Amino acid sequence: MSEERKGRLKIYLGYAAGVGKTYRMLEEAQALRAEGVDIAIAYFEPHGRRETIAKTEGFETVPRRTLTYAGTQFEEMDTDAVLRRKPAVAVVDEFAHTNVPGMAHDKRWQDVRALLDAGIDVLTTMNVQHLESLNDQVCRVTGVRVRETVPDWVVDEAEEVVFVDLTPRALRNRIERGVVYAPEKARRAMDNFFTEGNLTALREIAMRHAAHEAEDKLRPAKAIPITGRHERILICLTGSPSSAILIRRGKRVADYIQADCIAVHVSGGAGERQREAVERHMSFARNLRIDTHVVEGPDIAAAIATFARSQRITQIFMGRPGPRPLLKSLRESVVQQVVRQARDKQITIVAERG
Amino acid sequence: MAELTRRPDPEELLRRVQAEERREQRGRLKVFLGYAPRVGKSMRMFDEGRRRKERGEDVVVASIQGELPADIQCLVDQLEVIPTLTEHYAGREFQVLDIAGLFRRHPQIVLIDGLANDNPPGSRNPQRWQDVENLLGRGIGVITAVNVQHIKERQDDVARVTGKRAAYSIPEAFLIEADDIEVVDAPPEALLGRGGQMALDARQLGELRELALVLAANVVDRQLQGYLSSHGIAALWGVQERILVCLTPRSNAETMLRSGRRNARRFHGALLAAYFEQENLSAADRVKLEANLALARELGAEVHCLKASGFVEGILAFAREQHITQVFLGHTLRDQSRWFLRSPIDKLIEEAADFDLRLFPHAETE
Repeated sequence: MSEERKGRLKIYLGYAAGVGKTYRMLEEAQALRAEGVDIAIAYFEPHGRRETIAKTEGFETVPRRTLTYAGTQFEEMDTDAVLRRKPAVAVVDEFAHTNVPGMAHDKRWQDVRALLDAGIDVLTTMNVQHLESLNDQVCRVTGVRVRETVPDWVVDEAEEVVFVDLTPRALRNRIERGVVYAPEKARRAMDNFFTEGNLTALREIAMRHAAHEAEDKLRPAKAIPITGRHERILICLTGSPSSAILIRRGKRVADYIQADCIAVHVSGGAGERQREAVERHMSFARNLRIDTHVVEGPDIAAAIATFARSQRITQIFMGRPGPRPLLKSLRESVVQQVVRQARDKQITIVAERG
Repeated sequence: MAELTRRPDPEELLRRVQAEERREQRGRLKVFLGYAPRVGKSMRMFDEGRRRKERGEDVVVASIQGELPADIQCLVDQLEVIPTLTEHYAGREFQVLDIAGLFRRHPQIVLIDGLANDNPPGSRNPQRWQDVENLLGRGIGVITAVNVQHIKERQDDVARVTGKRAAYSIPEAFLIEADDIEVVDAPPEALLGRGGQMALDARQLGELRELALVLAANVVDRQLQGYLSSHGIAALWGVQERILVCLTPRSNAETMLRSGRRNARRFHGALLAAYFEQENLSAADRVKLEANLALARELGAEVHCLKASGFVEGILAFAREQHITQVFLGHTLRDQSRWFLRSPIDKLIEEAADFDLRLFPHAETE
């Protein structure tokens, strides 16, 4: 029976490298070991930080897997070896990491899910900017587009999210003292990403997210909607690049207000290039656990309105209409048509953050 | 950062210079904020004291709380302690900071555990946080720890969760004016499992945890706004979700406001409501508008009156100035369109680049 128990996930959440996530995680690991828990380090990234490395002393470490890609050697967590060793608790640093091609999974969070499925509890670390739903906001605030992202539902499934805090001033002191990065890298980091403004903004984002996670843990699994009517959000996908922003925003709002969330694309003979982009957006939406649908045109607005009615949608999310040539601008945009045709629905036109 | 650089006005410059002068003379204040006892604040505070001493700073402990666990005692043993003085008043025993002793000793940094504490009548200050102000005023740095229960402005929220009010309270301004605030977080389960009896259950602890994190985020938001304005940066983005409900006499205000409040709460953000000053309102419309405004205030919205010449321009300017992330608008306006004229809504759809625009139907017609 104990074989069927899923492992529990605990995430140490920070707002930047160097705030002390790994250190806190290892402190917890030490406490568990002191209680006699069978614990092993499955992946640890030392980054040359002395105090953190000292915390790993005396722990069993599962050797990493070495593989060569494009002539360079890479080391990754050896998930199979951890599964064979099967400790009660595994320590896995850097949850948002992307594996080198050739591994069973693209992402470390997928490896971690394999450990959880095998009944292994996992302690892990991540920074708030790796959350998929915050990608556009983080880009807007810091000017940096984070490439390694983790879908929100993966983090929501964690049993615990612990916020690890440090003031930006203390963090910048640590970077200056060379605790976080090597000297020349430290200088660049201070001037670019690790500015006081960026760090303060990221820290606020992280605190608000931690508050959201804390609140989330308090809600029953299937909450009864306060309004009495269950909210259902429909995201209208197109081939436009801004659809990614639309998907993230729609899903984020849906998660926060506990609404259902589905996506639809109206196919009306889109060109090959468009079709490829639409397919990419649909697959992105499915990765975020949004059900996707395709309905037939040719009248896009009418198709959206009809579909929304049949799906008992309460709120329609659409992207902002782009600039149009003068002649076309005399006609209504699809958004304007939907606004008129779906009169009983709330319609949200999403800003292109990022 | 996506930002505009603007020239600070003279008033702002003066304030900044004065603030800097004050800061130079004052000791720095650092506060560890937790959501309940045993979350680990004291440990973090004394550990920071130890590390600073190792780096050569002159650190003194001015107050410890009750029996210390072995690991914390071990940290305190490495530091100099100026113990609190025991005073008796009306049969009660009080622990009072030895302010005179601390002034004489004048260390760089004083560690004070148990910030929420009353002094007996006749003391220099009624409460300990005021003693801390005195130390800071003398140029002594202070590191201290406090639980969200003891913040005065959060007392109603805390009482709603725990059914109790804390005996001592510290004004939120104390946190806002602190140079540094750091959250000490741990899962509620860890607190329950840490031995001793905890008067609160996991659910209550979880709610207090949320309160503490939001409080910290709001303090950090003030710091962020301060940083941006002191660097002459007018940010085009907000970190906090800020929802603006546009009220007109005929809009379905109640639905919009209630939805706005729910969204603001869920996002731990702010709710604002705005209306346009109109002179030619009918008596009936005036009554409706007043009722809507009253409801907005009741729901905790910050109400603003806009005096712009154009509806669209007014909303765009206000939204930009207030870092609005979502604008809620009633559908009534879309009736005003004629086939040859773009409606205000159409214009807004085209111009709203920095916020989401959510259009609401007239009434609950479903």
